[in-house]
Amino acid sequence: MTPLSRARSRLPLLIFLTPILLWLLLLIVLPHFDLLRMSFRVENNSGDMVWSANNYLEFFREPIYWLTFTRTAVYAVIVTVLTLCIAFPVAFYITKVAPPRFKGFFSLLLLMPFWVSELVRIYGWMILLRESGVINHFLVAWGILQQPVELLYNDIAMIMGLVYTSMLFMVVPLLSVLDSLDDSLIEAAYDLGSNSATIVRSIIIPHAMPGIASGSIVVFMLSLGNYLTPNLMGGKNSLWFTEQIYNQFIASFNWNQGSAFGFLLLVISSLIIFIGLKLTNQQLSRVIR
Amino acid sequence: MKKKVLSLFIAGGFLFGLGAGANAETLELLTWKGYAPQSLVEKFEKETGITVKTTYSNNEEMIAKLRATRGAGFDLAQPSQDRISSVQEKFNIYQPIDYSKIDTALIIPSMLEAVKKNTMVDGKSYGVPHVYGTSGLIVNRKAAPDADDYTALLDPKYEGRVSYRLKRPTLIAMAFAGGTDPFALYGDEAKYQELMEGIGQKLIDAKGLVKTYWTNGDALLQSMRSGEVNVAMAWDNGGWKLNAENPDIDFVAPKSGALGWIDTFAIPAKAENVEAAYKWINFMMRPENAAVFTNAEKYGTASAGAIEFYEADVKANFERSFTKADIDNIKWYPPVPAKLEEIEGKILDKVKASN
Repeated sequence: MTPLSRARSRLPLLIFLTPILLWLLLLIVLPHFDLLRMSFRVENNSGDMVWSANNYLEFFREPIYWLTFTRTAVYAVIVTVLTLCIAFPVAFYITKVAPPRFKGFFSLLLLMPFWVSELVRIYGWMILLRESGVINHFLVAWGILQQPVELLYNDIAMIMGLVYTSMLFMVVPLLSVLDSLDDSLIEAAYDLGSNSATIVRSIIIPHAMPGIASGSIVVFMLSLGNYLTPNLMGGKNSLWFTEQIYNQFIASFNWNQGSAFGFLLLVISSLIIFIGLKLTNQQLSRVIR
Repeated sequence: MKKKVLSLFIAGGFLFGLGAGANAETLELLTWKGYAPQSLVEKFEKETGITVKTTYSNNEEMIAKLRATRGAGFDLAQPSQDRISSVQEKFNIYQPIDYSKIDTALIIPSMLEAVKKNTMVDGKSYGVPHVYGTSGLIVNRKAAPDADDYTALLDPKYEGRVSYRLKRPTLIAMAFAGGTDPFALYGDEAKYQELMEGIGQKLIDAKGLVKTYWTNGDALLQSMRSGEVNVAMAWDNGGWKLNAENPDIDFVAPKSGALGWIDTFAIPAKAENVEAAYKWINFMMRPENAAVFTNAEKYGTASAGAIEFYEADVKANFERSFTKADIDNIKWYPPVPAKLEEIEGKILDKVKASN
């Protein structure tokens, strides 16, 4: 290929890539730089803006901020583990156990709730769980409960909502890795006399590890950055770190503090994922493939 | 090939998005839910040919949105009168109102003067009064016959049946209920901080009683309807709406004083269609239109002649909830100094985070 024709063949690619690159640069990269700059600006006593790392120090100085963050991170980990525990058997069933002609149908069933927006799904859960809601109605009608109880506005309801919201993002990567697992490996292991527990432990899980890791990263990040579910289902006890950021921006008009929190969320959550990958001996390049 | 088609679509969508905004005259209205009833929007569009696009918001979000664009993107906003001057001083997001373009005869004179005074920055005023109302208690009389002050929200008698917003009006209300006038401390940051910390502690201690901190007015009304909540701090019109469905539930003006607010019209600094904004203000303040609004939403209006067009139950609502003494006891919000909102924000965070 001559240099000229190579350049010509690249031109259409460049043209079509430009909107995406512009989008990334103008709407994602540049605002982040502005936020970063803002996070290091502080108003001093005479009302002028000066450079300072105070916004970041404030996070560590004020227990309410880092406690909220710890709480959010721990809950996001719990959500990730629970989602994995539920999603793994489901993905295994769809790829290995279910009759092949139903595979598409089952995947469609998983996908279906995601055709409506997250807000609608959460309100659906609220209608089910609230004190005057559907579940309480039947529990009382069947005589199991004397009086309706409040099922909403606690941590368990919130975690359930988060698990439900993130199910799909765990199942999809698991489906693709389990699909690539050769059935004959499992059969051979049975032939050689190993039991189911050993097969799961030493064949299926090691093979599925990249899928587990990428699913976990997505679910962890989604839960950590979720605003809607903790706010609506967790109710009065659910201060999530994202809400802290929202409050700084909206209620206290303190954009500098808010952007510092935003960057802390980005850095610390990346760190948690890095540690998780190291602990499970995974490489990021393999996981995101 | 597929990729190319997709990119074409994206590029096409981009161009279309750019082109669509340019034609036909529009009014971008940033307002509260219920402040632009559909029937009035249609009437306005028929009269003027201007299309009205509404975005629903609240005080804090309005300020944040306008601050993000330095006052662009909307032609008219409706912040509360006490939240204008300090925000304007700091962020410069509004433009002064040209009162000669407003038919001031349509507006109750005392209210216009008060708003002009409270929204004044460097000798220019930034607001025109539109709607007023109070915050107080909505009570289910059957379940809570003796709830008559904000302290009922902290009363163990109503455990699990209490709801309020985790916003500044709640802190202000609790201060009045505790016998301190928070408005008198607006000038003294340290004392104000101390007062608010005490109130924050009270709210933390009583957190177990709360059903949930409401954020959406319709959701609160739904919980009161179904009996999940019996005592709530909320706006008067919500209580009156419920009263029409269930006479047991009503708005109660608290003993330590209902909190009076006035929502205004304010024109953002970079509004594109200022003429349409003035047209909308004059349109909304015409008595027959203002009355349509009040009859539907039950809020009071600053329009002078509207009272003649009120339905009977609107007047009855007001007289049922407010005696003469209650009216004199309404605490109207003075303009908020900037720093205080940060103090309050932190305390509200603490309340929400506590267990």
